[in-house]
Amino acid sequence: MKFGVITFPGSNCDQDMIYVLKNVMGCQVANLWHKDHDLQGCDFIVLPGGFSYGDYLRSGAIARFSPIMQEVITFAGKGGYVMGICNGFQILTESGLLPGALLHNDHQKFNCKNVYLQVQTTNSLVTSAYQKGDVIKIPIAHGEGRYFADEKTLQSIVDHDQILFKYCDAQGNITPESNPTPDFNPNGSTMNIAGITNSNRNVFGMMPHPERAADENLKNTDGKKLFESILQKVLA
Amino acid sequence: MSESLTTVDTAKKLGILPEEFEKIKEKLGRAPNFTELCAYSGMWSEHCSYKNSIKWLKTLPKEGPHMLAKAGEENAGLVAIGEGLACAFKIESHNHPSAIEPYQGAATGVGGINRDIFTMGARPIAQLNSLRFGNIDSDRTKWIMRGVVKGIGNYGNSFGIPTVGGEVFFDDAFEQNPLVNAMSVGIVKEGKTISATSYGVGNPIYIVGSATGKDGIGGAAFASGDLTEDSAKDLPAVQVGDPFQEKLLLEASLEVIASGAVVGMQDMGAAGIICSTAEMSAKGQHGMKIYLDKVPTRQAGMQPYELLLSESQERMLVVVIKGQESIIEKIFDKWDLPCANIGEVTAGEKLEFYFEGEMVADLYADHLVLGGGAPQYDREYKEPAYYAEAKKFDANSIPQPKDYKEVARFLISHPNIASKRWIYNQYDSMVGTVNMSTNEPSDAAIVNLKDSNKALAVTVDCNSRYVQADPEIGTMIAVSEAARNIVCSGGVPSAITNCLNFGNPYNPEAYWQFVGAIKGMSAACLKFSTPVTGGNVSFYNQCKVGDKVVPVFPTPTIGMLGIVEDKKHQTGIGFKQAGDHIYILGNVFVDCINSSEYLYSYCQVKNTPAPNFNLEEEYQLHQLVKDLIRSKVIQSAHDVSDGGLICNLLESGFVRQKGFEINQTMDGRKDAFLFGEAQGRVVVSVSPDQIKSFTEVVKKHTLFAESLGIVTNGEVKVDKDNWGHIGDFEKKYLNSIEEKLN
Repeated sequence: MKFGVITFPGSNCDQDMIYVLKNVMGCQVANLWHKDHDLQGCDFIVLPGGFSYGDYLRSGAIARFSPIMQEVITFAGKGGYVMGICNGFQILTESGLLPGALLHNDHQKFNCKNVYLQVQTTNSLVTSAYQKGDVIKIPIAHGEGRYFADEKTLQSIVDHDQILFKYCDAQGNITPESNPTPDFNPNGSTMNIAGITNSNRNVFGMMPHPERAADENLKNTDGKKLFESILQKVLA
Repeated sequence: MSESLTTVDTAKKLGILPEEFEKIKEKLGRAPNFTELCAYSGMWSEHCSYKNSIKWLKTLPKEGPHMLAKAGEENAGLVAIGEGLACAFKIESHNHPSAIEPYQGAATGVGGINRDIFTMGARPIAQLNSLRFGNIDSDRTKWIMRGVVKGIGNYGNSFGIPTVGGEVFFDDAFEQNPLVNAMSVGIVKEGKTISATSYGVGNPIYIVGSATGKDGIGGAAFASGDLTEDSAKDLPAVQVGDPFQEKLLLEASLEVIASGAVVGMQDMGAAGIICSTAEMSAKGQHGMKIYLDKVPTRQAGMQPYELLLSESQERMLVVVIKGQESIIEKIFDKWDLPCANIGEVTAGEKLEFYFEGEMVADLYADHLVLGGGAPQYDREYKEPAYYAEAKKFDANSIPQPKDYKEVARFLISHPNIASKRWIYNQYDSMVGTVNMSTNEPSDAAIVNLKDSNKALAVTVDCNSRYVQADPEIGTMIAVSEAARNIVCSGGVPSAITNCLNFGNPYNPEAYWQFVGAIKGMSAACLKFSTPVTGGNVSFYNQCKVGDKVVPVFPTPTIGMLGIVEDKKHQTGIGFKQAGDHIYILGNVFVDCINSSEYLYSYCQVKNTPAPNFNLEEEYQLHQLVKDLIRSKVIQSAHDVSDGGLICNLLESGFVRQKGFEINQTMDGRKDAFLFGEAQGRVVVSVSPDQIKSFTEVVKKHTLFAESLGIVTNGEVKVDKDNWGHIGDFEKKYLNSIEEKLN
């Protein structure tokens, strides 16, 4: 399986993602450039974190119009695998490849820290190696990560088992929405949603950074299983 | 030149002294015109010329076995770190801009220091900052703090380099004039750096990056005067930052340097184009012809002096090898950055500036720069009265507190000691996937060098209160604490960068503090073999309140780089296992409460001497800790600093929700035992099966290890008194600053 990691101007997690895929997971990786129209035969496209085009408008709002994104949208439409992390997730919702939107955090501040996620489904390419209900520690770093969707969309996401991860506490408790606290839900996301997939289950988006929890030197490898999921499923 | 010549009156208005004006006339053989005078005003400002500090800065130790570029030679110091890698690092202040416009002031401080690193060809991999604010309960401080933190965060986060460490200190002394010091650390392959130089007659000169606007004109001169109530009128002197442009400039600059088409490169910081052209030309001993009307501008109608002095951010001056123009033009086009050929290198030493076909300034590069013609002054200094007054302090006048637990709760929730997470959670500390301290907190931040066995240990330290109490000892303590933090984390101190924040140099008492600090820094840096690689001086940190001038606490911030020679040496502060034994190392029998947070904030006794300190014992302590770590006989190490022993123990407990049971075994004041801030002490925890080897290692050294007690599963007990659960202290520790700001 060949991965393609896109560099937009302002991407700053592209090299981290390439490092994990290449040096930690031992995969073949191409670094794709935003001005190109060529996906170089990649099987799995990653949109990394960062501040694409400065994100001075809405995060991801400009990036969706970049030349390479036209190819990514076509690729995803044909069932190709696409994953967006943080700014990548924002670009995917802006392009309509994933439902919903990512609003400013409820506390209106950028927030970087370790958070806990509960795995909601193993029926996806990126979560298959986890157990449902697993609690994993993954860092976040964003100012606009509050997941929002209208009720109809939410219902459909739930009905189709599209929620990948929810924010929770270290023990896996998820607070009732009526009483959100920052320890449990770091940005005020609806239903504590931290990551989703589309109804065809080939496009994935999440605000937390699994690539920041995959290198043993950093003493947290809870995110490594996400990459192992992809490789295991493909090999099987 | 058609522009009319200036007089000494105009010179005074631009901050140039009459004798300096004479010096300029003598060199030029005539009076300068207004554009030329502006060039001198920028270049001979305190900020660019170091005219009132350079004589003392020259006395700092600069030699070291790992030095690749010494202080003043390049934009930042360069140190060899092994395996063919070098580290460029530097700290710089942005105090005055942050006092007027906190958000942009702090943001552009971050931008500027990072450009100093990547203009050398090094890729920044870690940032730190050292911040000082006024009283956290005042509205002004909250406004400044919110702006500064957001500015640092928004700029650094978007730029994409992790903020891995820092320090924050609150005191009324900084109410009007906060200190905002930003440090950047970068990595480059040895031999692949590029110099800020210019040579090769006919080589083209490019300005690249953002277009030039009227922002920041006279910024260097602005930073070189007293901050007054009228300073808000200087708002246009504060620059505006664009981290997205900086990110593009970083990538494009590193690509251009790697292409081999570049002779020299320098970022545009203080005093803009005039500073870069003068410094590069002086260094390369060549001249330049610059056509100012070719500089891409943001607005119409900019005058030559504005183009020369503009401090618009995210710009570089690049001297390119003739014939290779298309290589660099292509790279900047790839990154969608403006790139304009604005002149060429000439023979001789003249800097000639043209505008719309006419010469507007005819200057000598060397005469403008530090180390060349820029003035250098001796300043008088005098011991202030408060210093002798402090020495009269007698600890016997302080009664023991009735309730030690209450004091501990006071200290752990004091803004100077409590968790700064409200601040650092707004910074991306993990981008780059190099921060090894996120999941194992340590006294210094450990930064991973990917695909190497080594890591970096970095820290910024200075207790301004100690320096106020005694500039010489206080600064020795700042260097020692930085080194101690690095040693406790498993590193070996390598070199320092400094940011010297002081009052008005023409005030003999403020200058006395500066001189003392330099002497103390020299002594400590020699002892630890950590040469000074550069940094910056920020004078005039004081404010006129009514008719009284109040200087800030003198603050020589130390940014120290250390090498972790083997990642296995990394050592955290956190207690690991209940039952582990707790020892205190160093000079443990000192009965000292001087200048402690306890004495200053709880007892409200403000003017006392610096805490107990002995440079030789400090050095011996570092050797002992280093040996213990390498012998693998300790579980954790944490130095005793602000808030004394009790805060040290609580912080070590918070990491894994462990408590401790300790007893005071030595004679002396109990408040000094628990809350005193005598220097040269480190607490370590040792598992029961390590005790024998631990004792053997300690025996080889000259210092004591005194047993304090054991680690518990959460219970905190002091001298048999039950103080409750560690979690209750942690709540106070985590929430006290947040409660004030949210």
